[in-house]
Amino acid sequence: MEIHGLGETLAAHPVFKHFDKETLDLLAGCARNEHFRAGQAIYSEGDAADKVFLIREGDIAVEISAPQHEPIIVETLRAGDILGWSWMVPPYKHMSDARALNDVRAISLDATCMRNKAEQTPALGYQMFKHFVPHMAVRFRALRMQLLDVYGTNKG
Amino acid sequence: MAQDPMLPRRYRVKRAWSELSDVSTMELEPIDGEAVPFAPGQFNMLYAFGVGEVAISISGDAADTDKLVHTIRNVGAISGALAGVSDGDVIGVRGPFGSAWPVAQETGRHIVFVAGGLGLAPLRPAIYHVLNNREQYSGMTLVYGARSPDDLLYADEIKAWKSRFDTEVEITVDHAAPGWTGQVGVVTVPLDRTLSGSNGAEVSAFVCGPEIMMRFSVMSLMAAGVPEDKVWISMERNMKCAIGFCGHCQFGGDFICRDGPVFRHDQVSRLIAKKEI
Ligand SMILES: Cc1cc2nc3c(=O)[nH]c(=O)nc-3n(C[C@H](O)[C@H](O)[C@H](O)COP(=O)(O)OP(=O)(O)OC[C@H]3O[C@@H](n4cnc5c(N)ncnc54)[C@H](O)[C@@H]3O)c2cc1C
Ligand code: FES
Repeated sequence: MEIHGLGETLAAHPVFKHFDKETLDLLAGCARNEHFRAGQAIYSEGDAADKVFLIREGDIAVEISAPQHEPIIVETLRAGDILGWSWMVPPYKHMSDARALNDVRAISLDATCMRNKAEQTPALGYQMFKHFVPHMAVRFRALRMQLLDVYGTNKG
Repeated sequence: MAQDPMLPRRYRVKRAWSELSDVSTMELEPIDGEAVPFAPGQFNMLYAFGVGEVAISISGDAADTDKLVHTIRNVGAISGALAGVSDGDVIGVRGPFGSAWPVAQETGRHIVFVAGGLGLAPLRPAIYHVLNNREQYSGMTLVYGARSPDDLLYADEIKAWKSRFDTEVEITVDHAAPGWTGQVGVVTVPLDRTLSGSNGAEVSAFVCGPEIMMRFSVMSLMAAGVPEDKVWISMERNMKCAIGFCGHCQFGGDFICRDGPVFRHDQVSRLIAKKEI
């Protein structure tokens, strides 16, 4: 059955492997398979952050554009990573663009569905908090280091 | 031979070329006498006649005794003069000085090189050693981070290393323009990924780059279970005598020119955690 299959696929993702089967089955109801071709936009800045993507295969570039600036890639994500965290915080809008660098296979989780399930089942909300926050903490630590622009003219 | 360590020897620039907009590499040959052997990680004092003298790591292959190779970033008057030399120019060389990457002693282990920016230059001799003797090591990984794709040193050579089946090479840049299909993110991201697939206890790591990047990289190595006495880093301080006399390069109780620049991490971890020493 499709939903059961997605539960197993979710369990194979590094961030979800610690979830119990019951929670995974609950989350699988919010999940669907996604496929993006190389170069395809996944979302753009200002779009509603209505999904979170769990990357199974391929690479994704997160880009930021500003007037009078060339767009820059600020981060690339790979299999095992999670794309998007704006779905967790109001106003639930993406603050960057995301684009597939090559063929990407992912599972998306519908944000409204996830938020509703977490409201109804606080234990699920807690599990999501427990497993998503460390992933975000690693990304923020990396971002802080990036801000330092450490490589400059700083080393021989 | 009792060569005075304070007296530069004259070397001729065999070939000099630009690597990046502000970085050049030069191949040198001695004008009088033989080339002096060196160990990976050591440095020379290079003298631009009439301008001054600075410490520059040796970036060539220690097994190739015919030439001495240095890679220099133009950050000021002296490094600018050295980065701007042309074929046939003559410069002064004192050295080699300092401690070495103990890569030859770490046989049987998974060697992980972590380089940031120009820090790849001092590591390159150690990388050559492992590549030349690859069968003696259980694995080899290079994780290299630079500011942008235009700041990647030795790009062609890295491509060749990457194509070897027995070597894992992870390149990342801090930011890039669309069109770049490689990784973007700090060096600890691919490092953590590499380490998550390895047994930390079997890793010997050699880290070279800006101090803050080395600090974060060492944290990742420790978190992955790499023994603290299997991590080496290379430190920099401005130098004058390079032979432990003047005290210019003092770092805690050590002199970087004599006791470093390569230190085992557990011997200096207390010092690099401090803001300024
Ligand atoms: C052991 C050792 C190995 C080195 N290996 C290399 C190498 O392989 N290639 C290379 O290009 N450089 C290397 N360096 C750094 C090099 O010695 C300095 O960049 C050089 O001394 C700068 O001299 P300058 O007169 O050109 O610049 P200065 O006029 O002295 O300085 C210009 C600017 O650069 C900054 N600066 C000076 N030295 C450094 C430094 N070490 N790190 C960061 N910023 C600095 C100064 O604060 C100043 O803002 C090494 C240094 C050491 C101690
Ligand atoms: S440079 Fe003189 S003591 Fe190190």
